[in-house]
Amino acid sequence: MSASAIPPGLAPVPSAAVQSGKTRLVVIGAGMASGRMLEHLLEAAPDRFDVTLFNAEPRGNYNRLMLSPVLSGEKTYEEIVTHDDGWYAAQGITCRFGEAVTRIDRAARTVHTASGETPYDALVIGTGSAPFIIPVPGKDLPGVVTYRDLEDTNAMIDAGVAGKNAVVIGGGLLGLEAAAGMAARGAKVTVIHLMGHLMERQLDPAAGYLLQRDLERRGIKVHCKGATKAILGDGKAEAVLLEDGTTYPADLVCMAVGIRPETRIATDAGLEVERGIVVDDALRTSDPHIFALGECVEHCGQVFGLVAPLYDQAKTLARTLMKEDAVFAPVQTATKLKVTGCDLFSAGDFADGPDREDIVFRDPGRGIYKRLVLKDDRIIGVVMYGDTADGNWFYGLLKDAADISGTRDTLIFGPAAGKADPLAAVAALPPEAEICGCNGVSKGAIVGAVQGGACTLDAIRTCTKASASCGTCTGLVEQLMKLTLGDDFAAPAPAGMCKCTDHSHEDVRRLIKSMELKSIPAVMQELGWKTVGGCHSCRPALNFYLLADWPLEYQDDRQSRFVNERNHANIQKDGTYSVVPRMWGGVTTSAELRAIADAADKYDVPMVKVTGGQRIDLLGVKKEDLPAMWADLNDAGMVSGHAYSKGLRTVKTCVGSEFCRFGTQDSTGLGIRLEKLLWGTWTPHKVKLGVSGCPRNCAEATCKDIGIVCVESGFQVSVAGAAGMEVKATELIATVPTEDEAVEVTTAFIQLYREHAKYLDRPYKWVPKVGLDWVIAQVVDDVENRRALVQRFEISQSVYRKDPWAEHAQPEEHKKWAPMADLSLEAAE
Amino acid sequence: MSFVDIGSLSDIPRQGARLVRTHLGCVAVFRTATDQVFALEDRCPHKGGPLSEGIVHGDRVTCPLHNWVFDMNTGAAEGADEGVVRTFAVRVEQGRVLIDASLLSRSAA
Ligand code: SRM
Ligand SMILES: Cc1cc2nc3c(=O)[nH]c(=O)nc-3n(C[C@H](O)[C@H](O)[C@H](O)COP(=O)(O)OP(=O)(O)OC[C@H]3O[C@@H](n4cnc5c(N)ncnc54)[C@H](O)[C@@H]3O)c2cc1C
Ligand code: SF4
Ligand code: FES
Repeated sequence: MSASAIPPGLAPVPSAAVQSGKTRLVVIGAGMASGRMLEHLLEAAPDRFDVTLFNAEPRGNYNRLMLSPVLSGEKTYEEIVTHDDGWYAAQGITCRFGEAVTRIDRAARTVHTASGETPYDALVIGTGSAPFIIPVPGKDLPGVVTYRDLEDTNAMIDAGVAGKNAVVIGGGLLGLEAAAGMAARGAKVTVIHLMGHLMERQLDPAAGYLLQRDLERRGIKVHCKGATKAILGDGKAEAVLLEDGTTYPADLVCMAVGIRPETRIATDAGLEVERGIVVDDALRTSDPHIFALGECVEHCGQVFGLVAPLYDQAKTLARTLMKEDAVFAPVQTATKLKVTGCDLFSAGDFADGPDREDIVFRDPGRGIYKRLVLKDDRIIGVVMYGDTADGNWFYGLLKDAADISGTRDTLIFGPAAGKADPLAAVAALPPEAEICGCNGVSKGAIVGAVQGGACTLDAIRTCTKASASCGTCTGLVEQLMKLTLGDDFAAPAPAGMCKCTDHSHEDVRRLIKSMELKSIPAVMQELGWKTVGGCHSCRPALNFYLLADWPLEYQDDRQSRFVNERNHANIQKDGTYSVVPRMWGGVTTSAELRAIADAADKYDVPMVKVTGGQRIDLLGVKKEDLPAMWADLNDAGMVSGHAYSKGLRTVKTCVGSEFCRFGTQDSTGLGIRLEKLLWGTWTPHKVKLGVSGCPRNCAEATCKDIGIVCVESGFQVSVAGAAGMEVKATELIATVPTEDEAVEVTTAFIQLYREHAKYLDRPYKWVPKVGLDWVIAQVVDDVENRRALVQRFEISQSVYRKDPWAEHAQPEEHKKWAPMADLSLEAAE
Repeated sequence: MSFVDIGSLSDIPRQGARLVRTHLGCVAVFRTATDQVFALEDRCPHKGGPLSEGIVHGDRVTCPLHNWVFDMNTGAAEGADEGVVRTFAVRVEQGRVLIDASLLSRSAA
């Protein structure tokens, strides 16, 4: 406790101040805001106020921001004290530390604490905020802490986290600083964050991805889209359980999910309080003798969570107390994260909006992302990661609302823009500078090859291997060619996936695997996407590539799917949908037919049609009826037929040896077996199979993506047929003696197709690109490889072989399929 | 302009949309990746496609039927395609989505 604090019970004699003619100023809370305000006030008017300072914490002002370096061990508490005993004594401030104000009596103009009452002429409330506690079971267990003050910080330090498991709930600024601090002390830290990416209020997904990557590199595990369900433990915290069933062991749980203004005493005193204590421009509350500042206030509907605007408030309030006219006008604030090695900067508004434009710069090699949001030729938002040196310069332009139209082209390169000519930068590199990191090719080697006659990118790749592996240095190699060849160099026309990138589909697939990219923001950042969030053409492709390559790690992004796959039904020209239940191998029962008929009646289905794929289509269903109809069909044992998906559609069969006098094998049974094995899988384009019981081929197997024709000696498996916009017979890849082998070859082929084909290539387009021989080598000849493909397919199916109808038919899902509001029912006016 | 509450921002998926029924027909209320909201008539000027079911990228939406792309700020089609969808004022306040109250009236034009 501070030496100048008055022991409890010894309330100061109020009349002394009155006699001295000074204003009795009582301040509640020795926080960052009130501390700064007192400095301004007492500097300008050292003799006008008799100040009493109450603080709930048993200490005076310290720099709360710096608790993070204290937590990580980089600083001590003593180093972050801003006002020491000597300062309070010199200013004549009566310190009442460790004494919380419990009540304000506005009529008597006194404040109450456990030890009595203190009168005031003017009262300042600076109580800051309180951490928000999510109301989950276990929140009160020992071992659950928040992160606000020195006590919390010491609780984390004293828990002796080294080697133990710590879970931080909340991936915002505070949570991440807590996580990094505990990790620095040797804890195994997991961060659970509700949203899709870290610090979503300050960062866009690209920057959030880079931040997550850097944290993971230092051993902090990050779980996004994780909702905490309970903190488990017997007598103390032991684990955190999430809604999705994941549990993380936890010796210590730090809850850092947000703050709410500390307004309790103001509310009790009947002051106007909304989210915070309402103050006017002069920081006066609804009572003319009471003022407030800091995180506890609300000004023009806005509450505050960073210190910069609070310092402006401090200035304003000091002037108000001196009876000068002063107006608080909040300015944009900038955020940084105090975690060494995670360099980020964010300011202003980076939402998409009317007439806004983005300038994006990405340097995948160095993990740099910069984005400026412009409106009317002015910067209104800045998000930077990796290199934030120019952050304050942009922030200055933002605050000044400077017109940037003149420097727009080079703006993103910062104040040193003139030097940003990329060719000049490459020209300046010494000959031994490494250009291609994968193959260790120097600038000199590339220039030598160009001078030796290699004047296309392909030629360079062949003779030096530069840019022949991961491909990220392609841009640099092209710049070197341009530098060496001058005007003779014609950059190859980009054959990119779409306007967002120059990388081809094939390159992107390869890089996703080799660089282990596991999210859409990761791909966009590491491969230098030119747009902020992709487009309708690249997003579905990326979503497929990622889920095909990382079935266990990647989370399907529903919003990156085309409407049919998002709604699990085919959209029709009038916005209604068609519903097609699976009919395994084209076989049905009277009970299923009855359920389909009932559904057709119940939901007024305008047309019931037998499809070309051996099943029944209910056409013209209204979107809001889909979940209920699915539930009915589910009840009758039917699942989605995926008639809408880039995935397994139908397996068409004939009656085969069970009934047909020519049948050689049980083609119906094999078809059903294959459909039950393959359904639910996602593929680059749709996949259809046919199984015929003999070469008469009644199931039209030889014009499908995969066709099996049964013969006396076994099964002929053929692939890459077509009967749509093109018509083409399948090509035989194997004749195998057993059904098991036929199934294995088929499965392996589908997995190979899933792993390699370009999105929206049917097998008949993909196979000629890689060559039928290669396919045969992979799935027929190399038995070990075949088994490995089948195994990877099964891993993927462990996630995706499920009925999407059942997921969306849950009663609580229904309302999401209907309009969110119906204004046509409301009375006008 | 007066506004009417139509629900919570969290009712709309990020990079998605929800419908609001009005006397003028359905209005699609979009939410972008960065929580910006837009309200557009849910009828593509091309052949009436439901824009609410399109893929949302940045402040653009692509019609699900034939891939026309619209700027949600203005409602105008991009590139070679010509057409404009009606837009309505909409905003978010404390997590609630508020839309132009004139949509309540039968005669809103
Ligand atoms: C319902 C059905 C027609 C019918 O009434 O029989 C049908 C309907 C559609 N077909 Fe088909 N195809 C249907 C069997 C076929 C067949 C025959 C077959 O499967 O044996 C073919 C030829 C074989 C093939 O798949 O290539 C066929 C070749 C196509 C094609 C051309 C594909 C190609 O690569 O050439 C498309 C376009 C596409 O997928 O890009 C297509 C696309 C479509 C779409 C999904 C168009 C669209 O994108 O909206 C149609 C949906 C209509 C709707 O509103 O529901 N449909 N379509 C058949 C559903 C089968 C099923 O039970 O799942
Ligand atoms: C770990 C951490 C890191 C941060 N990092 C940053 C950063 O990098 N950048 C940034 O801009 N901001 C940061 N902040 C936020 C910043 O610290 C706050 O915005 C700032 O401290 C708020 O100042 P204040 O005066 O309103 O409240 P506080 O500084 O919280 O002070 C309020 C004081 O009032 C006391 N009090 C409350 N009720 C009573 C009562 N009834 N009676 C008596 N006393 C009472 C409290 O005990 C407290 O000491 C960080 C915060 C934390 C916790
Ligand atoms: S052939 Fe297929 S895509 Fe064409 S109209 Fe018929 S159902 Fe539609
Ligand atoms: S109806 Fe929208 S693009 Fe055709």
